[in-house]
Parts: sequence; structure tokens; C-alpha cells
Amino acid sequence: MRIVIGEGSCGIAAGAGKVHKAIEALMTENEVFTLGSTGCIGMCFLEPIVDLYDGKTLLRRLVKVKASDAESIVNCARTGNLSLVDSITISADDEEFLNRQTRIALRHCGLIDPVSLDDYREADGYEALEKVLKTMTPEEVIEEIKISGLAGRGGAGFPTWFKWNAARQSVSDTKYLICNADEGDPGAFMDRAVIESDPHTLIEGMLIGAYAIGAKEMIVYVRAEYPLAITNLEIAIEQAKKANLLGENILGTSFSCDMRIKAGAGAFVCGEETALIESLEGKRGMPRLKPPFPAQKGYMDEPSNINNVETFANVAWIMNNGGAAFAAMGTENSKGTKVFALTGKIRKGGLVEIPMGKTLRDVIYGIGGGIRDDKEFKAVQMGGPSGGCIPKELLDTVIDYKALGATGAIMGSGGMVVMDESTCMVGMAKFFLDFTALESCGKCVHCRIGTRRMQEILTRIVKGEGKEGDIELLEELCEAVKDGALCGLGQTAPNPVLTTIRYFRAEYEAHINEKKCPAKECVDLLTYSIVADKCKGCTLCAKKCPAKAISGEVKKAHIIDSDICIRCGQCVNSCRFGAINVE
Amino acid sequence: MCQCNHNGPKSDLSLLENVLSEYGGVSSNLITILQKAQGIYGYLPKDVMYHIADNVGITPADVMGVATFYSQFRLSPIGKYLIMSCQGTACHVNGSERVAAAISEYLGIRNGETTEDGLFTLEEVACLGCCSLAPVIMINGEAYGNLTPDSAVEVIKNIQKEEGK
Repeated sequence: MRIVIGEGSCGIAAGAGKVHKAIEALMTENEVFTLGSTGCIGMCFLEPIVDLYDGKTLLRRLVKVKASDAESIVNCARTGNLSLVDSITISADDEEFLNRQTRIALRHCGLIDPVSLDDYREADGYEALEKVLKTMTPEEVIEEIKISGLAGRGGAGFPTWFKWNAARQSVSDTKYLICNADEGDPGAFMDRAVIESDPHTLIEGMLIGAYAIGAKEMIVYVRAEYPLAITNLEIAIEQAKKANLLGENILGTSFSCDMRIKAGAGAFVCGEETALIESLEGKRGMPRLKPPFPAQKGYMDEPSNINNVETFANVAWIMNNGGAAFAAMGTENSKGTKVFALTGKIRKGGLVEIPMGKTLRDVIYGIGGGIRDDKEFKAVQMGGPSGGCIPKELLDTVIDYKALGATGAIMGSGGMVVMDESTCMVGMAKFFLDFTALESCGKCVHCRIGTRRMQEILTRIVKGEGKEGDIELLEELCEAVKDGALCGLGQTAPNPVLTTIRYFRAEYEAHINEKKCPAKECVDLLTYSIVADKCKGCTLCAKKCPAKAISGEVKKAHIIDSDICIRCGQCVNSCRFGAINVE
Repeated sequence: MCQCNHNGPKSDLSLLENVLSEYGGVSSNLITILQKAQGIYGYLPKDVMYHIADNVGITPADVMGVATFYSQFRLSPIGKYLIMSCQGTACHVNGSERVAAAISEYLGIRNGETTEDGLFTLEEVACLGCCSLAPVIMINGEAYGNLTPDSAVEVIKNIQKEEGK
């Protein structure tokens, strides 16, 4: 038997490393089973996950494993008695999370050892590269990508073949192929999962792209916050070099190409391709004016092509299975699959890859299992700070670049943050503006100052100092920032404000006119009081209150002095009788 | 060598020699050099940045421009324990603000500050990528998930106990 532990970042954060050590400690010298690790299977809500295999056959998937389970797992592996691990085996309902997905970009994630070239090769790895280098011309590669309909998965959704073709057409001895792995959208982690769990897929996809455009050097720009991704990719690059998959005369052909990693240093704007190029050149990551486009004049003023991780992760599959097989999935204008990072107030959070054309409801209810704690679904934020929220009424919107764009949100890189009735939408808009105002590089006045003014207005509103005309002023600022910004950051920064106003205008009005927060989240607008009928006078809340705002005699109803109350909510958490009223 | 009079303690610039012999002299390597320098000194001391500027052949203002642009770079020393409090979207909707506020109140420091005993630095970060464990804090690389304001403070207290405080 083989014990395989999921040790992606999420798994480790949930304690997979401790489980690994605990099992290892129990192993004897001539142990009958082996212990290995794999990347992220994407079922974050069940981490840490341990799989038991017989050869290639999965016998059991164990979930929420603790170090204290090590003994029963080891006994099970030694005796083959699977009933020993019944209590931690995945439920049939949770298995549906994976069964309802179609995995292409994530096809190896959580199944192979990320740092084993043999594992990758056994799973058809580098077959696509060999086929491309030995039997296809660069033009044929680009044509196949065109047939597949693959579009940029970083957010913009620009046809990949078009970018490749433009870079191919540019005449120069030196061209660069760059991978954007600066996954800055807070709430998205699919690119990290791919690099951590299947780094060779990225290398293979990039090599095919480099061959197509005629690049001899490839650079991966990775977020510095992803140390495990960087480590695994470094190992994979070394393995590929030794196996003649990188370097001179790859696989005995005349194609030569090198690869290196550049760690980013934390700047959201570097997800924009020209800002990323500036950063690669060692400068402040401030966007350049286009044209010239990177395909003409990019990194070091040479023709460069930039795609994101998920885009490259699809390439080898397309070459193996044909562009038509990829295009057979999806809708008329969006082909293939898309990976989403499903998080927030969702029951089953994790990575979800589904064909385009499914609905948001399919993802949130069909796969994600609906809202946590039986609360009401309110909205889903798509595309992070550049995207927008989509309300309950539009849950049946299909996942397709055009249909999502029509809602005011965007496909984005795949962040899908689910919100329930207790999330204040004005607060949410403020949260995103706090982010974009901080991350604006400052080059364009409209973005630098416009986002700041919007943030100030939103801050005022959530503090109960909103004025009549604030909503209109916000709308006007949104249009001005959209028009006046050079790059995607500024052009999309108003989206969260515009969509929350569009779908939740009443919530803005309640904050401004009635000084109330319907979601009861904006602390400055809340009033805490004690319902006399329900209060038993147990004094617990008075003891817990850090501001000493609660008074009363034992066994008699207490009262809260709202002038002293700091609205921390400790009393609500401590009251066993539900006697605290919040409005 | 730069002739400016720098205030503050002098850093041991010899520690940087290996980094500069590998990456030095090329301005496109600036970010990598600063990352390695921060790895050595824990932050970017002023005299180190002047030294790097000389080596790479750009002005100290250019180096400062890059160092202040990216959130990874720190211009002052950090505590023994770096508490990274995730303020990503998933953490936000799960109450990360209250978690950060509780830590901040307990330690008496604000975002970016270090406790007087030099033990803790609090840093609010955009996203640690452990969204399903939200809200999350990471202390010296170890993640703590599904926190409440109380349990977050408990984590800090346990570290203080280990440190005998």
C-alpha cells in the first residue's frame, strides 16, 4: 500500500506536515507500505487529506486527518484492513465535489508527486512537447491553439493564439516568453496550486509557447508570498535541464530554450503585463503606454509574450487531445474549462474546474454545497478588486466571458468569494477600494486620486456620515477613473462600487439616510441593547464587557449604556439567552 | 563610495559581497539584490541601500523608489516573530478585521509596528492564499486558520509563554 499526503500550502497550513511526521515516526526500517506526498487536490475544506493507494488504484481518501490518526492509518496500511480508517474516510457527498468537475488545467494536481519527473512522464508528461517539436511547425501550433479557442485565463480573456501570432510575426533574434504568476487577486489561488502541485505542466506549456513564438528564454514571475511554489518550480526546472527538456537542442531537436524564475516583491499592479515587464527590469512596477505592445517591444525592448499560469497549464492537454476537443467544451464565445477558487461563506471551499457554460448556481450550490451555517446567499464577488458582485437574482448566469461581463462583474482570474446575508455590501465596496487605493501605482492622476476620494466617501458612509448626493458622486468618480486610467487596475477599480450600487442601492441608502447597516456589520451604525424579558440577570455580559458599559443587579435585567458601548459584540457572544439585541 | 553622512548604526557590508558578486552591476537585478539583502539584514538599512546603489550604478533615490514601491521591503527592523495578518477577500468576509484588531489591541501595536520588547511585528498582508482556512494569520511561516479574535490572541499568548514572558 502507498500512503500519499496532500502537502500543498493549504494542506500544510491545516497540519499535513504534522500528520506526515507522525506517520513517519511510526514507520520501521523494512516497512510494508511507502509514504509519499502530492500537491493540492483542491478540496481545501477537507484538509489535511491522506490518500491510500494500491499501485495506481485509490483505495481510500481520508479527510481532516489529525496527527493522532497516524496509528490507525499505519495499522491499516500494514494489515490492509480498511475498516480501521472508516471514521476519517471521505463521505459520498463530499466526493461529489470532485466528481462534478472536469479537470484539464488541474488534471495532475493532487494525483502526482509534484517534484517527480517520472510521475509526470507516466501521466503522459512531455509527450505533447515531443510531438510539437518533432512533427509540427510553429504556425501549426498556433493554428491548433486558435482552433481550441483558448483565451487568457488571467482575467482579460484575450485570445491566446492572437498574442502568440503577434509575437511570432515580430522580427528579432531575441524574444521572451513570460509567465505571469503574480497572482495578486486576494481570494484567488489556482495559479499557486498549479505551480506547487504540477510544475512540469507549466514548463511543458511554456516550452510549446516558446517554440511557437520563437523565444529562447522563458521567465516565470512568481509572487514572493508563494515560497513552496518557487521551491517546487526550481526543482522541476533542474530536473528538466538534466533530462534535456530545457537548454540546448531539446529532445535532440534544433530547438533551444532556457528558463528562470523571478520572484515578485509584492505589488498588485504587477499583474498588468507592462508593469510586470518594468518590474522584471528591476524598476518600480508602473504600467507603460500601449502601443507598442509587448509583442513588439516588451522585456528589454524585445518582442515578448506574456500569459498566465492557468493558460499555459491547458496547452499540453490541447496539443495531446487536439484543439477541437477543447473547443467542444463551453459556449460559443468561451471555450474549454475555467478554474475557480471558491471561498468565503461557502460550505465546501476549494478549487473548482468546470467547463464554461455551467451556471454560478452549479458551482456554488452543486459543487460548493451552498452557504455555511444555513444562512442566506447574498452575492458572489467575481474577479476580486477588478470585478464585481453578482446578486442572488442572477445566480443562473452562465460562466462565459460575455455573460459575466454583462452583469458588471468579470470572469477575472477565477476568485469566487461567496457572501451571505451578514456581509455589508457597502463595506465590501470599501474593502476593495481600500485595496486598490493602496495598490494604485500613482502614475495616473485619475486612479491615484480618484480611488482615494472614493475610498474616503465610502469610509464616511459606513461611519454613518454619508450625505445626500454621495451615491451620485461615487458614480461620477467611477466613470472618471475608468476613463482616465492607463491600465487595467484603474480601469476596473470602480467595478466593485458600480456593481454594489447597481444591485444593492437600497443598502447604500439605508446607510446614508437612516444611518443603519442592514447587514449589521458596520459597527459605527449599530446599537446594542438588552431585551429585558429575556435577560436572566446572570451578569456574564457585564463581566465580559471590556468597556464596562453594562450594569444591573444579579437576577435582574441589565442595561447597556450606549454612550460607553464600543460595539465589540462580546456581550452577544457571551449571552446564553439571546437577550442582546443589535440594530 | 558614496560620501554622504548617514545617521544610524553601520551595517556590515561584507555580508553582501557574495550577493553582489553574483547579481551586482546589473540594474535589472535590483529587486533580486534587495530581496537577498533583506534576507541577510532582516530589513533594508539605509547604508546598505546606498552601497547597492553604488554597485548597481543608479542613484540612491532610484533604489529607495523601488524599495518603497513593493510591499515586501521593510525599512526598519522587525521583531523576532512576524505576524502576518491576512486581509484578503475571503479572510475579510470571515472577520479578519476583528482578528487583526484583537491582536493589535492585545500587543499595543498597529499595522507595521513592532512591540517594545522586540518580540512581535504586526503586518497586514493582502492574501496568504489559504483562503479556505479564513481568517488566517501566519507567524514566521506557520499558518493558523479558522481564527476568532480570542483564539488569535491565544496563539500570541502561547508564544509569549514559550518565550518566558
